[in-house]
Amino acid sequence: MSVTTMPALGPRKDARVAAALGRRRKLVDHAVRWFCIASTAVGLFFLASILFTLAWRGLEAMGPTTFTKAFEPTTYGDDTLPRGGLLHAITGSLIQVTIATLIGTPIGLLVGTYLAEYARSSPLGNAVRFVSDVLLSAPSILVGLFIYQLVVLPMGGFSGIAGALALAIIVIPVVVRTTEDMLQLIPNTLREAVIGLGAPKWKMIVLVCYKAAMSGIVTGVLLAIARIAGETAPLLLTSFGNNVVTADLSSAMSSLPIAIYQQANSGFPDLIAIAWTGALLTTLGVLAINVIARLLLRARH
Amino acid sequence: MQNTVATAGMTVPAPRRRSAGGLGDFIFAQLCRGAGLLVLLILGAIIVTLFIGGLPVFREFGLSFLWSTAWNPVEGREEYGALVAVFGTVTTSILAILFAVPLAFGVAFFLTELAPPWLRQPVGTAIELLAAVPSIIYGMWGLFVLVPFVQLHIQLAFGETLGALPLIGRLFESSNFAGTSIFSASLVLAIMILPFIAATMRDVFLQVPPVYKESAYGLGATRWEVMRNVVLPYTRISVVGGIMLGLGRALGETMAVTFVIGNANRMPGSLFDPTTTIASVVALEFPESLMGSLKQSALLALGFLLFAISFLVLAASRWLLRSRLKA
Repeated sequence: MSVTTMPALGPRKDARVAAALGRRRKLVDHAVRWFCIASTAVGLFFLASILFTLAWRGLEAMGPTTFTKAFEPTTYGDDTLPRGGLLHAITGSLIQVTIATLIGTPIGLLVGTYLAEYARSSPLGNAVRFVSDVLLSAPSILVGLFIYQLVVLPMGGFSGIAGALALAIIVIPVVVRTTEDMLQLIPNTLREAVIGLGAPKWKMIVLVCYKAAMSGIVTGVLLAIARIAGETAPLLLTSFGNNVVTADLSSAMSSLPIAIYQQANSGFPDLIAIAWTGALLTTLGVLAINVIARLLLRARH
Repeated sequence: MQNTVATAGMTVPAPRRRSAGGLGDFIFAQLCRGAGLLVLLILGAIIVTLFIGGLPVFREFGLSFLWSTAWNPVEGREEYGALVAVFGTVTTSILAILFAVPLAFGVAFFLTELAPPWLRQPVGTAIELLAAVPSIIYGMWGLFVLVPFVQLHIQLAFGETLGALPLIGRLFESSNFAGTSIFSASLVLAIMILPFIAATMRDVFLQVPPVYKESAYGLGATRWEVMRNVVLPYTRISVVGGIMLGLGRALGETMAVTFVIGNANRMPGSLFDPTTTIASVVALEFPESLMGSLKQSALLALGFLLFAISFLVLAASRWLLRSRLKA
């Protein structure tokens, strides 16, 4: 390592120079330390600010109607008119996220298995790994455009199933990453023991490796759910949003993020308050899933 | 096993060992392979559909689509150009990186070297949760909290103090007082990508062999000197990879930016002017454009450009991080 170029401490005799240099080094060290503490504080401050704002403005319109009523137009401050809720958005989100998870998880699981068990360093495996990692960080709105061209145009209109498919594409790379990582953590001796007993490879993977990596795989699925539960951009181009409760997958369907987006930009204070409630619910859900996933992973180690 | 012995005995020395679940193995392996190919297919199909969708516009305007600033959806006089959106996308992302990298470095340094061990786990988790907050929440928070703050406290102060500077002074003066601007968008983006960059930096800092650091400490180096002269040189390629990863995220960020950038299709003259980005123009205008119209094609072409830009950045990031991924 040619990196040990510490400032020379000067002639040993000159104690004053050495002391001054020492003071300067200490000062720089202190300055950097305070800068680092400050940047961490800034990061935490933003998280606190977001959570505080959500709690403060989100609880305002929170009530039983939030979960029992669908969208209602603005009341213009007239209390006799019915107040709207988010039932349409909550059901829409649940339906689309469930379908997306059901489609995306098996595919992601198989891809992760392929990368960890069959193609650790083959050219095709490397290509798949690369593409999956690019998809993991690729702009989600492009997935929306893709599904629009592929599903919405041929079907002739926005639909819940198009939204679910777009979300499924986002689920796949998340599950791939954690599945592969978790399977690679399994010691080879375990695999050899299973194969040594005469079991075929697929039984080794399904019955032993999956079992050993179960909590990690579940973590991956949970993280994927947390990710798609807050996705807005792809849904805007695929399931578009709707103001009524519907379970019809062939028609436009609302979802929490879309409802937040539309009502936050409506300009009416009562609708914006409902948007904040939706934002609070979404964030709490997403953060709770994240924390559970982390706890699961920690319990394993 | 008996089966294997029998067939091996019958055929000429072709000692092809087959385990008990030959067919199951074959099916399962092909399933896995097929799923892997499906992932490749999805990426390929995204590129192809975006390109095909954008083809009418590329045909109509040729390469001038890339540097035209026009955006006129009026029928009969339709004219589209990508320059404003591309410029907005790149500028906001680079500014976001400039804001986020020093902070992310500070967080990573704090979490690996400075913080007492009992503090590392909770603070690290909190920073990671910042990455989990959905983009639309950042958008709402940005619009209702950050934008008013920028409007009242930052834009005026900057305009008064820095506006008088020669040459670059114009960058800080704007006649737009809505608060929605490049600056606000970059700020929100910076907060969003901060946890990604910080997490990558923390992970690579932790991979420096302790013996290097201990040697430097043993020579009497301070913590900052160890960071600057040992840790950073050892990890700099991965650090750049982490920054590129953040850049890739920032380029494609949609909802948060849509809320706070102002969405005006004009070239910004200052940091506090509104403009637009590829992702936000697509999110705003695509749902209301007519199926098969030239406008829709222009938006798909923009999507193709965004894909090309972010693919390059993400590929570079992965290439730079490859040593970390192998470890």
